[in-house]
Amino acid sequence: MSVVNGGRPSEAKVVFYNDPRIRSLFFQLVLLALIVALFWFAYDNTVANLKKRNIAQGFGFWNVEAGFDISQTLISYSAASSYGRAFWVGLLNTLLVSGVSIVLATILGVVIGILRLSKNWLIAKLATVYVEIFRNVPLLLILYFWYRGVLGLLPEPKNSIIFPGHILLNTRGLLTPRPVLGDDFIYPFVAFVVMVLIAIGLSVRAKRVQESTGVRPKTGWLSFGLIVLVPSVIFILIGAPLSFDIPVQGRFNASGGMSLAPEFVSMVIGLTTYTAAFIAENVRAGILAISKGQTEAAQSLGLSHAQSIRLVIMPQALRVIVPLLNSEYLSLTKNSSLGVSIGYPDLVSVFTGTVLNQTGQAVEMVSVTMLVYLTLSLLTSGFMNWFNRRVALVER
Amino acid sequence: MTTSAEVHFVRSQFSEPSPPPMRTSGIVHWLRENLFSSVLNSVVTLLIVFGLYKIIPGLVDTLIINAVWVANDSKACVADVVGHPVGVCWGFVAAHWDYFVFGQYPETMRWRPELFFALEVIGLAWLLVQRIPRKDLGMIYFFIVFPIVSYCLLSGSETLGLPIVQTHYWGGFLVSIVIGTVGIVISVPLGIILALGRRSHMPVARSSSVVVIEFIRGVPLITVLFMANVMFPLFVPEGWRPDSLLRVLVGVALFFSAYMAETVRGGLQAIPRGQYEAAQALGLGYWQMMIKIILPQALKIVIPGIVNNFIGLLKDTTLVAIVNIFDFLKVIEASLNDPVWRTSGMPFAGYLFAAIVYFILCYGMARYSMSVERRLATDNRH
Repeated sequence: MSVVNGGRPSEAKVVFYNDPRIRSLFFQLVLLALIVALFWFAYDNTVANLKKRNIAQGFGFWNVEAGFDISQTLISYSAASSYGRAFWVGLLNTLLVSGVSIVLATILGVVIGILRLSKNWLIAKLATVYVEIFRNVPLLLILYFWYRGVLGLLPEPKNSIIFPGHILLNTRGLLTPRPVLGDDFIYPFVAFVVMVLIAIGLSVRAKRVQESTGVRPKTGWLSFGLIVLVPSVIFILIGAPLSFDIPVQGRFNASGGMSLAPEFVSMVIGLTTYTAAFIAENVRAGILAISKGQTEAAQSLGLSHAQSIRLVIMPQALRVIVPLLNSEYLSLTKNSSLGVSIGYPDLVSVFTGTVLNQTGQAVEMVSVTMLVYLTLSLLTSGFMNWFNRRVALVER
Repeated sequence: MTTSAEVHFVRSQFSEPSPPPMRTSGIVHWLRENLFSSVLNSVVTLLIVFGLYKIIPGLVDTLIINAVWVANDSKACVADVVGHPVGVCWGFVAAHWDYFVFGQYPETMRWRPELFFALEVIGLAWLLVQRIPRKDLGMIYFFIVFPIVSYCLLSGSETLGLPIVQTHYWGGFLVSIVIGTVGIVISVPLGIILALGRRSHMPVARSSSVVVIEFIRGVPLITVLFMANVMFPLFVPEGWRPDSLLRVLVGVALFFSAYMAETVRGGLQAIPRGQYEAAQALGLGYWQMMIKIILPQALKIVIPGIVNNFIGLLKDTTLVAIVNIFDFLKVIEASLNDPVWRTSGMPFAGYLFAAIVYFILCYGMARYSMSVERRLATDNRH
C-alpha cells in the first residue's frame, strides 16, 4: 500500500466498477427500473384486460343504488341506498365487532393471564389448558365451531331457551329487552354526567393534597355515592321514566326487544376466546418480567398486597404488556375480516364480497378495503403508542 | 492454657429435640402448598374438583363410550334410530378419511401425495432435529430439491411418465400441507431478502422493503387472498390464466414473507456489530459476509420465531377456504353439506376432528420452538 504525506493512506485507485458508491448507485437504479417495469407491466395489462372485459373504472359506482339488503345495519340502510352507504354500513359493522371483542378479550385475557400465575395448581393448569387449546387451533375453525357446531344446535324460536330477565336464545340469535327511555330520562342522565365530573375533580384535588402533604383524603365512598346515589334518587323521584320492550316468543320468529344476530354473537365469542388466549400470554409475560425484588421492596415499604400490585407491579408490567397488546389489537381488527366466512356483514363481506360481485370492479374494491385496514392499523398503533408513552419509563 | 474450671457453663445433658419441621416434600406437602394453601384456595379447589367430577364422565361418554365409530350415513348416528344415546359421530370422519386427506386426487395415484408427505417429513426432520448433521445439505434439499421433486410428483410430468393431475382435483390435508410448504419455502428466502433490504444503506432498497413489509402487515390475509384471486389475473396478459391454487399460493407466500422479514430482522439486529466489522476486516464482500458470517448466526437465533410464524401460517391456510380452495377445512365443510350426512350434530364431529388435527400439529411445533428457545438460552450463558 502506498503511503504518502502525513502517514495517511491515499485514496486507493480503483476501477470505476469497483467503486462502492458507483456500485450502490448502479444497483439502486437497476432495482428502481425493475420496480417501475413491474408496475408498468401490471398497469398496462390491467387496463387492457378491463377494456376487453367491459368493466368500468373509477368510483362512479359509489352513488349507484346497491339493490341488496344487509342483515345488520347501524345506520339506516335499505336496498335503495347507494354502494357508498353500503361501504359505511360494512365499515361500522367491522368497527363494532372489533371494538366489542377488544374490550371483552382484554378483560378475559387479563383474568386468564393472572389465573395462570395462580398459586392454586388446579386453577393455573386449567388456565394453561385454555390458552394452549385456543392458541393452537385456527380462528376460522373456532368461528365455524361456535356458529355451526354450537349456535347451530339452538332451538327454533318457538322453543327458545329462556334466561331470567326475559332473555331469549334461539336460531335467530340472542334477544334481550330493549330499554325505552322516557322524555324525563334526560334529568338523571345529566345528573350522572355532572356527578362523574365532580368525582374526577375530587380525585384531582385529592392527588394534589397527597402530593403536598403526603396524606390522601379518602374520596372513594363519596365519589361512589355521588355517581350512583344522586342519579338514582333523581330517577326515582321523577317517577322512573324507563320501561323495557320485552321480546315475545312467536311461532317462527320472536318479536320486540333487541336482537343480536347469531353471526354477530359468534364473531364476538370467537374473536374474544381466541384473542384472549394470546393476551393472557402477554399479561403473564409482563408480570413475570418484573423481578421478585420489586414485590419484596413494596412489602417492606408496608404496602398491602393489593397496593403493591396496583402501585408497583402493574405500572411496570404495563410497560411490557402495552406494546404486545397493541399488536394483538391490530391482529384482532384484521381477524374481524373473517366475518365473511360465516356471513357477518363486515367490510370485507359487504364490499369485497357483494359489491365486488355486482360491479366486477376488483381493483377499486380491494384497494379501498386494504386502505381502510391500513388506516385502522395506523390509528390503533397511534393510539397505543400514545398510551405506551404515558406508561413508559420516564428517564430522569 | 485454659482449664475446664474457667469454662462457665457446659451443658451436661442433651436438650429436648425440637419437633421436626413441617414436611417439605412428598404428596401431603405438595397438596398443602398447591391446592389448600388458604381457606379460599381450598374452597376453590373443591369447587373445581366437583365441576370436573360432573363434566369429565359426560365428556368421556360423549367422546368415546357412546360415540359411533363406524357409520355409512347419518342414520347410524341418530339416537332414535340406534336406540341408545349417541355421542360424537366419529364414523363420519372414518367414512371420509381418504377424502379428508387427498381430496379428489385420483385413487390409483395416491402413492404420489403419500411419497410427498414422506419427503416433507424427511426435510423437516433434517432441518429441525438438532442431532442430524449437515444442515447445509438439508437446506439445499428442503429449499431446492424437495420443491422441484414435489412439483413433478404432485402435478405430474410427461417426461417422467407421471400423468398430469390438475390442481382442482387436489384437496384436503394435502392442499393445506402444500400451501404451508410453499409458504415456508418461499417466505424464508424472500423474508431474508426483505430483511436485508430493510437494513440496507441503499435508500431505494430500504424504502421499497419498508413499504412492502408495512403494507402487507397492515392488511388482513383475506384481502391479500382476494387480491391474488381477483386482481392477479388482471395484472398478467390475458393468455396466462394463472391456476386458482397458484394465485392463492402467491398471495400466501407474499403475505408471510413480510412477517418472516420482521422475524429475520430481529435476528440480524441481535448480531453484535463486532461480527460485521470482523467480517469486513477479513476483506469479505457484502454477500460473503452475510452468507458466511451473519446469516448463519442470525437464523440460528430466530429458529423459534420462524417456527412460530409457521404455526401462524398453518393456522391461516384455513382462510383459503373462503376463496374456494378445497383445503382440509373446506373438504370437511363439503362433506357436512352432503345430504346423506346432514344432521344437526354432525358439524360438531367434523369440526372437533379438524380442531384435534390442527391442535396436534401446532402444539407439537410450539413445544419444539420452546425447547429450542431453552437450548439457546443456555448456550448464551457463559
